[in-house]
Amino acid sequence: MTTVEKEPSMVKQKEMIAEHFDRLAAAGEHGKKVVYTFVPGNLTELLLSFDVLPVYPEINALQSAMRKRAGDFISEAERVGHSEDVCTYVKCDIGMKRKGNIGPTGQPLPKPDLLLLSYTGCFTFLKWFELLREEYDCPVVLLHTPYQAEGKVTGSMRDYMVEQLKSQVIPALEQLTGKPYDEDRLRTLLALSARAEDDMVHVLESAKHRPSPIDAYFGGVYYIGPMFTAFRGTEGAVDYYQTLRAEVDARVRAGEGPITPEGPMGPEKYRLVVEGPPNWTNFREFWQMFSDEGAVVVASTYTKVGGVYDFGFRHDPRDPLGTLADYCMGCYTNRSLPQRVSMLESYVKDYQADGVLVNSVKSCNSFSAGQLVMLREVEQRTGIAGGFIETDLVDARYFSAANVKNRIESYLQMIEQKRGKGPGATPAGAKEATP
Amino acid sequence: MTDAKENVERIVAEADALYHDLDFGAVKRFKEAHPEAKVIGCLPTYSPKEIIHAAGMLPVHLRGAGDQVEIIRGDAYFQSYICQLPRGIIELALSGRLASFDGFVFPAICDVIRNLSGIWQLLFPEKLARYLDIPQNFDAAVGGRFYARELRSILDDLERLSGAKVSDDDLRRSIAAYNHNRTSIEALMSLRAERPWLVPADEAYLVLRAGDTLLVEDHTRMVDEYVAAVLELDRPKRDHSRVVMSGAFCEQPPLGLIRTFERAGCYIVWDDMTISSRFIVGDVATEGDPLAALASAFVERAVESASVYACKRQKGSELCRTVRRSRAEGVIFAAPSFCDPALLDQPMLQAALDKEQIPWTAFKYAENLGQFQVIREQAGTFSDSIRLWGQ
Repeated sequence: MTTVEKEPSMVKQKEMIAEHFDRLAAAGEHGKKVVYTFVPGNLTELLLSFDVLPVYPEINALQSAMRKRAGDFISEAERVGHSEDVCTYVKCDIGMKRKGNIGPTGQPLPKPDLLLLSYTGCFTFLKWFELLREEYDCPVVLLHTPYQAEGKVTGSMRDYMVEQLKSQVIPALEQLTGKPYDEDRLRTLLALSARAEDDMVHVLESAKHRPSPIDAYFGGVYYIGPMFTAFRGTEGAVDYYQTLRAEVDARVRAGEGPITPEGPMGPEKYRLVVEGPPNWTNFREFWQMFSDEGAVVVASTYTKVGGVYDFGFRHDPRDPLGTLADYCMGCYTNRSLPQRVSMLESYVKDYQADGVLVNSVKSCNSFSAGQLVMLREVEQRTGIAGGFIETDLVDARYFSAANVKNRIESYLQMIEQKRGKGPGATPAGAKEATP
Repeated sequence: MTDAKENVERIVAEADALYHDLDFGAVKRFKEAHPEAKVIGCLPTYSPKEIIHAAGMLPVHLRGAGDQVEIIRGDAYFQSYICQLPRGIIELALSGRLASFDGFVFPAICDVIRNLSGIWQLLFPEKLARYLDIPQNFDAAVGGRFYARELRSILDDLERLSGAKVSDDDLRRSIAAYNHNRTSIEALMSLRAERPWLVPADEAYLVLRAGDTLLVEDHTRMVDEYVAAVLELDRPKRDHSRVVMSGAFCEQPPLGLIRTFERAGCYIVWDDMTISSRFIVGDVATEGDPLAALASAFVERAVESASVYACKRQKGSELCRTVRRSRAEGVIFAAPSFCDPALLDQPMLQAALDKEQIPWTAFKYAENLGQFQVIREQAGTFSDSIRLWGQ
């Protein structure tokens, strides 16, 4: 295996994450309260306004998988009675806890003082924190995010969210920390979020250029890291996205493509939109299956799971609780299937994609149930070819490398045949796209 | 005695015919008799059918295609790792069996049913496809209020569909009809717990499943008649163990599997297969604001279920109470493959049973399961172990 090439922003992000895990490891020593919560619909600014440290179990799970430790954790969870059929994020987390709760950086993770169950876009979250409540014997506060079944946020939904924040979530944090709710501080953090969000969207939309300077799926998961986790609302996140934006702009000016773990990508031959989360157990191998073929992902839906920012939403400090409600309800998996289809359709058109590929993960019905119907609909609306592969999030038993590689290669050949031109050719009528 | 036997046979035959009729002849007959009336399909688990009934419509509970319909088209719409129920539902729809339905309600019980509402919006845009966002916040002033608004919104959709307004009195009458139905069903459930040899599990199941399709008043009559008739029978009491069955609240086990449990020596004295009709414990108020009454009944008195967040209760405590109340000697966990709610619940429920030293065993099934021998042996061994070594 070659050495992974890292951009300066990646180094910066790694440092941020390491510092966060250092803080978590020392939480008890410094008397810091710890709140476990989920990425979709996370209330990071609110948590930071109370000076508590957030932990995101699904991030721990995917980090464990990337470090090849998830298999042991999943086995441990299955050994104590968890079904092989259910979400492997959950089992990885339960197994990690039962094996000493050593986090992905090798440091111990603190026990939660509170579980903030942001039930946003995933039913399994409910069960996950019911299970963690049993494991840790600690209180839970629930934020039930209504689903956008009709493709919109209604006044009733927003009122429900704000009421829950006021009457339950904030009092639980006040009780936990002994501090009163500080709305001015929350506004300050939300303003920082909005600044970072502007730069993140600029980065994601840079993929409209040819060649795309980024891979918006495999690279994208790094770009969304700080925004989706403990750093939204911090100066650190603002700095990170400014750095990242400058790097990406420089690549655009130089006409360069994405940096992959194997180095700068070769000529861009295929522009893809990808729906669904990546596989984490074989992440680098999975990415290489695309980059070796000159396939770059120009837009992905997974990078919207912790917030959809590229259709205009920004955290708004003028309405702190209302904007948190809007953010939660707008997360990708909280959107109806027709909304998700429309997003994919616009990505195909706006980013001049050659194809849409679904990575259907076994663990996640929130993403996966209905993806084949969505794919057909996108094909009909755009006229482009769709592809479908199946893997899992963090269970390597469901990643069949040869099968996945075959499917990707076959799919790219299909795109080739469909456009009737040689590799690397620009489709007829395509123009230089600009964000 | 002969009359009672004939009555039981007649009722069970009627229920059996409804169960096996996946062309929904009863729905077609209802529409012929009531040409203006609409039919609304309700997906598992719980829908407040009172408001559909109050709108002059027939709510029909849809539970998949069972083991009777070969899935030809449904498989092409779903990935490999998913439960069987949505494949069956899609198959029913694409084969035209649901053509006489005017709308569908998709309750918020899991991501599969949730996304099925979106699939419906994409595939059948001409039909009403309504997601029911059941609150997971059980504070009456927060979740209860939201749910009442959600019910109002669904009622608005139904009124648009029918072109007629629904009054509060209409709603109260429907609430009363469903209260009556729940009371009758509770009588049947109590009888099963008291004298399970009188009420074989497959018969009780069929009679309760008839409520999926019949008008609630007709179903109540059927349940009452069945209970009255079986009480007159002299059915032999066998040396079976008494078990509670848990985990089958959505996708249903095939009838053959239910029979297998009893043949293996297990009297099923309680189950959650038809929990949808017992989701609210007790009566819903028939006075005051009817939608508020339905909402408060849900947030205050919904049963413990894998699809409902256990906000205050110790997980499994209700199952242990059910075991004690029904004097069961063990629990059979029978959950559909790939059912996240049921399967994620199981370790917590099993831990609660272990604490109380209640024995349990666990199976998985799919609605189209065809082979029961292995399960029969396992259930038989479980039953034997209870009888031989139980306290």
